[in-house]
Amino acid sequence: MWIDYLVWTVQNLLFPVVVPVVLLTGVILAVWIERRGAGFIQDRVGPNRVTLFGFRNAGLMQPIADALKLLVKEEFIPEKADRFLFFLAPTLSMIPALLTFMVIPFGDVLVLGKYRIPLQVADLNVGLLFIFAISSLGVYGIVLGGWSADNKYSILGGLRSSAQMISYEISMGLAIIGILIVFESVRLNDIVRMQGDLLFGFLPRWGIVVQPLGFLLFFVAALAETNRIPFDLPEAEAEIVAGYHLEYSSFKFSMFFMAEYVNMMVASGFIVSLFLGGWQIPWLPTEALVAHVGPILTAVLQVAAFAVKLWFIMWVFVWVRWTLPRFRYDQLMGLGWRVMLPLALANIFVTSVVPFVLGVY
Amino acid sequence: MANVVVQTLLEKFPESVSPAPDFRDEEAVCVAREGLPEVLRFLYADPDTEYRLLEDICGADYPEREKRFEAVYHLYSVKTARHLRLKVGIGEEDPTLPTATGIWKAADWFEREAFDQYGIRFEGHPNLRRILNHEEFVGHPLRKDYPIKGRQKLTRPSNLGWDERKSAGNGGGSDAEAGQPEQMILNIGPAHPTTHGTLRVLARLEGETILEADPEIGYLHRGFEKTAETLTYQQVIPLTDRLNYVSAMMNNVGYCRAVEKLLGIEVSKRVQYIRVIVSELSRIIDHLVCIAANIVDIGALTPYWYCFRERENVYELLEALCGARMTTSYTRIGGLAHDLPDGWVDKCREYIRERVPRGIEETDTLITKNRIFVDRTMGVGAISGEDALNWGFTGPCLRASGVPFDVRKANPYYDYDKFDFDIPVGSNGDTYDRYLVRMEEMRQSLRIIEQALDGLPEGPISIEDRRISLPEKEAVYTKFGALVQHTKLIVDGILPPEGEIYSVTEAANGVLGFYIVSDGTKRPYRIKVRPPCFAIFQALPQLTEGSMIADLIATVGSLNIIAGELDR
Repeated sequence: MWIDYLVWTVQNLLFPVVVPVVLLTGVILAVWIERRGAGFIQDRVGPNRVTLFGFRNAGLMQPIADALKLLVKEEFIPEKADRFLFFLAPTLSMIPALLTFMVIPFGDVLVLGKYRIPLQVADLNVGLLFIFAISSLGVYGIVLGGWSADNKYSILGGLRSSAQMISYEISMGLAIIGILIVFESVRLNDIVRMQGDLLFGFLPRWGIVVQPLGFLLFFVAALAETNRIPFDLPEAEAEIVAGYHLEYSSFKFSMFFMAEYVNMMVASGFIVSLFLGGWQIPWLPTEALVAHVGPILTAVLQVAAFAVKLWFIMWVFVWVRWTLPRFRYDQLMGLGWRVMLPLALANIFVTSVVPFVLGVY
Repeated sequence: MANVVVQTLLEKFPESVSPAPDFRDEEAVCVAREGLPEVLRFLYADPDTEYRLLEDICGADYPEREKRFEAVYHLYSVKTARHLRLKVGIGEEDPTLPTATGIWKAADWFEREAFDQYGIRFEGHPNLRRILNHEEFVGHPLRKDYPIKGRQKLTRPSNLGWDERKSAGNGGGSDAEAGQPEQMILNIGPAHPTTHGTLRVLARLEGETILEADPEIGYLHRGFEKTAETLTYQQVIPLTDRLNYVSAMMNNVGYCRAVEKLLGIEVSKRVQYIRVIVSELSRIIDHLVCIAANIVDIGALTPYWYCFRERENVYELLEALCGARMTTSYTRIGGLAHDLPDGWVDKCREYIRERVPRGIEETDTLITKNRIFVDRTMGVGAISGEDALNWGFTGPCLRASGVPFDVRKANPYYDYDKFDFDIPVGSNGDTYDRYLVRMEEMRQSLRIIEQALDGLPEGPISIEDRRISLPEKEAVYTKFGALVQHTKLIVDGILPPEGEIYSVTEAANGVLGFYIVSDGTKRPYRIKVRPPCFAIFQALPQLTEGSMIADLIATVGSLNIIAGELDR
């Protein structure tokens, strides 16, 4: 029947295309939030000059103008660069960023009669592990970008990023083990669904409520993984000029640039799914919503709830960036290994022992 | 009392010390070359005098004299708050002098500069290379026989002699010896975001730790001193704007005060108060810029904007005075270019009560107790008070090390002794203390401005001396006498008596000194600027070796190196 084909097409062809496109479009919004947000925080206006059909549109077109400008910029490749790796690096940082988002659910399973359409590109039963596996690949883009350019500053940036990524990946991984213990699943949609429960009859059972320390650790590690201030050591323009992407220009640079924002969105989506109830609207479980407004509107509302939370976390990223200074390399390592790692281990211990002692199990 | 030191020197070293001509009550002696090390060591160590601060060493050229060159030392004693000038004549056939680097580390770069500009060789100097001019430069540009248009086009990049060292030891690449950690030579600047296109540091790194740092300057060398010798005294004022271009007003004030000392005149109280106000406004701007740039180099952009917003507000005030934001040229010899415009005092009062404190306090709230900022700056680039003095530190950088020396308190000028203000002092001499001292100095400057505005007297803005100040423009157009006076002053210039003076003011970075030699003509025979950050920047290796690249960046920012006055 034709509707079978339609559902199949939506699930297998439309989502894999639409989600990356939405993400890349989201970069525009992210850059806009970043720059206008910076302006807001810094008591100035921010970009507001680019017009579309004569309208100012509050600078929303600025990122598009920037992207177009970057496209037509001169492509510069250093004489002694390793050309293959130099070309490969931006791609390597972009693709994993886009791939990771594929397993993040942006709505509950949409049930239309006999059809069940999961609102995510791939409903993997190892979703969480997939994210860790793929997002770790992103560091290769940065390391290779730093290495292949044959520039001392780039190499320092690449070295910094590899050390930083490895250190914080550990804390990041350990930080979510508490979540796994609480929700007993690595499938992201299950984790989100369980966050719709209520604690004590009124408090949504969000990850942030049951795992506050885990959330804090994960959030800090996510800042580090996305190379945002105060962890932007790989680029640290005041010290190592621009670090790993120093020699990149034109569209290769914008690949790195976009990858950073896509990574931010992935990290936000991840934080939202694990700790902020994902697509859940507090106190309104899917069943109740479907019963009142029908399945389609429910899906729309849930996607909207997910987007609102995601952009809130994005705003927090921006907020943090324009508030804090940058760590020094050894301080960054000290924080990762001497503070966050023990805390993450303690968190696992407490999460495992406390319910046992309280007799919950 | 004034000449106690001179008397002591004359008695103690009768064969090497002779009196210098007495001029404007300055303490000065001539010292023979042979006795110089002994005299210097005595002055440094003598418990009565303790000349612990070597403010300046400069050369001068007198082709008609038997001993053509002269090296001029300016010493300062924090204990007695007095300057002392030593003049050493050197013949052209053997222009050598014993180095003073063993006594004051500050002598290092000053001697290099004297060598660069005049060809005076300092024997025993550890590193006697050119400093402001390119290493391939031929000749010594400040000698009187070097033509003013003698430009040389030199483009070869300098490696500061590091290539030889690289081939001798292991200098990066993969050829490091087994068991030895690999080292890398990193060239930081001049095209680097933190060096602002004007400084360069070569660093030998192991990982990110700096084993050796070698600063190079001169990228903004414009030959201020040579140019000044071809201009009249009044014409030099615009050039002083470009010395410390962040606080140009203070250079204007410092220079005019020096020339007024040379002329032996005193400006009116109103002029003095206005000069105090603009100086303190400039100090605020300078500190705002320094703190902002320092913080942005550490990675926080937002406080930068809070500081720069207020700086822009202060610039509005300065613009109302002279029409320019940075290149002010506001002072004149014997007065000011213009009086305060109508309503300026009220506007200034509003700005310093409401706007500027807002920027300072917002930055304070956001940064001072921020854990990352404290970790990044505390203990970074630290220097003890004794070392700092020995390196020739002055200003906030010296006070952060715990030495409460400020010209405004030690040798008050322009009624600074009548204003109620404090000198903030740090204790560790690190980047954090330098930040705190600057923050507090801005608050103290606000206090001074407030008091100066309250006590601003009425009076003329130019002294009544037809040989010095120009007549009213209206009078020039309508009265013959005024026209003649105007023409004579423009053509013949101001003619000071023969003599030499050294005058210091407390600029934003520290002691800004002008050593002016007059031969009685309309043009200065020799002007030497004693820029505060010249002495400070030479201590960079000591401040940064053993720390990381990020610390170097934080330290350079906190020293507030302004290339305009550094390179002149």
